[in-house]
Amino acid sequence: MKQLRAFMNKEFMECIRSGKMLILLILFVLFGMMNPAIAKLTPWMMEMMSDRMGSTGLAVTAVEVNALTSWTQFYKNIPLLLIIFLLLFSGILTTEYQKGTLINMITKGMKRWKIIASKEMVMLLCWTAGYWLCYGITYGYTDFFWDNSVLTKIWFPALCLYLLGVWLITVILLLSTIFRSSSSVLVMALGIFAVVYLLGLLPALSSYMPVRLMESTGLLTGIEGADQYLTAIIAVLLLSLGNTVASIICFNRSEI
Amino acid sequence: MELLKLSHVSKAFGKNKVLEDLSFSVTEHSVFGFIGRNGAGKTTAMKMILGLLRPDQGEILVNGQRTEFGQNRISQSIGYLPDVPEFYDYMTPMEYLLLCGACAGVPKEESRIRAKQLLELVGLAEADKRIHGFSRGMKQRLGIAQALLNRPRLLICDEPTSALDPAGRKEILDILSSVRTETTVLFSTHILSDVERICDKIAFLHNGRIALGGTLEEMKNVRKGNGLEIEFLKPEEAEQFLTWYPGGTCVGGGKLLFEQKTEKDMAEMMQILWNNQWLVRKIELLEPALEDLFMEVVDHEAAKSIYE
Repeated sequence: MKQLRAFMNKEFMECIRSGKMLILLILFVLFGMMNPAIAKLTPWMMEMMSDRMGSTGLAVTAVEVNALTSWTQFYKNIPLLLIIFLLLFSGILTTEYQKGTLINMITKGMKRWKIIASKEMVMLLCWTAGYWLCYGITYGYTDFFWDNSVLTKIWFPALCLYLLGVWLITVILLLSTIFRSSSSVLVMALGIFAVVYLLGLLPALSSYMPVRLMESTGLLTGIEGADQYLTAIIAVLLLSLGNTVASIICFNRSEI
Repeated sequence: MELLKLSHVSKAFGKNKVLEDLSFSVTEHSVFGFIGRNGAGKTTAMKMILGLLRPDQGEILVNGQRTEFGQNRISQSIGYLPDVPEFYDYMTPMEYLLLCGACAGVPKEESRIRAKQLLELVGLAEADKRIHGFSRGMKQRLGIAQALLNRPRLLICDEPTSALDPAGRKEILDILSSVRTETTVLFSTHILSDVERICDKIAFLHNGRIALGGTLEEMKNVRKGNGLEIEFLKPEEAEQFLTWYPGGTCVGGGKLLFEQKTEKDMAEMMQILWNNQWLVRKIELLEPALEDLFMEVVDHEAAKSIYE
């Protein structure tokens, strides 16, 4: 327990002192505010453009924005935020291999699985805190400008996208125990995502694939029910757990 | 007592055989010099002792216990200083040592006291800034401090002096020889004068095995007899001396060099000088240099591999 706590402290210290934490905080807050802001500005932007568009023959009618516009922005922007998050953390293990900083820790008797566990926990904590902060800001502004109650479910689709992030974090960690450079980790992660995405296009598999969780906007308006996402959620949780176990096994076997 | 024992250890990376049937042992409270060219397999051998690499064959015992790859239980009784120690740059030396202490399972207060002592020992007590701005020598000294933190019975140093200037080298060697009372040191290098300065026993690693090994004295005795050098005040005296005592070669500047001479020979020469009432600038029995021995081992092995 002491080893784990000390190593987690070290990871947090690294995030704070390298400025990673600040970047993440700014991004999550910025994205959180951007979603309702874009929705709020849409009618105004449309009006600005309507003159020019009118001359080309396109008629612009008054655009009506509501809470749904703001939340749709949220679901459009979060994948980008997730990519930035994964880019920032893609070197969490590979830079330690490359620099040889883990040698001193392991030769001191640090348990290998604790290194993996603390890295995963720190990434998950950062993702959880950042994601729900972003969610909270969007929720607050959206409720202030419009009314969130027009939507049937808000937190459940958000949970779906959050879990997709959790799965990708475990994928990054597993790949980091196999490959030695962060670029190969990212390329392989992209490859895995592409394969899962393509598999998700097959009707027989689509409801089991993690990418299914990206389509959860249908839940906002009540077109779909939460039960339609249950299998994907269970699949993602099992896959994440499997990735974590595999990371520990791979890391135990790797020569440093 | 044998603290470390390697028997018949082999390791290959793909087709490249790095170590072949390597066997040697290190006795407690000695400083053992592990000598070899770059790429001779010194680091590989050390990493196997630490359980960071898996030996293909053979057995490694530390304090009678077999080392295991991966989660090495006995690694806690070993301190390791890598050739280029790398730290978390954003920490101060104290923070880093406390992290090491926590990894080694040392209670926090004890670890703080020990860290303070060690920073004092390696001369970094005043350096309360982030490791980021440290020079190579400072990093090497911090490396020794972290290696000694959990009072290891065996301290393994991988070329601790290679990248340092002469002053830095001397500091590191002084620290290493000052800790020999507490621990046993296994130290690899290709700088032979460092070995002569602090090691009790040495082993030459060449082509994956120990080409030659023993105490420093034994090593020097391998080459029978020493050289003897006389420096005369005038060059013509050197030539005159050769007529009385042949066998030497003029090396210029009034210097004569005799190969393979004993102390008795030296006394004879001094007798001749006394009889003639000659003064000389210098008369010296030359110490056999490890350098020559090392080159002989390397050349010999190279020659053997050509004929094989």
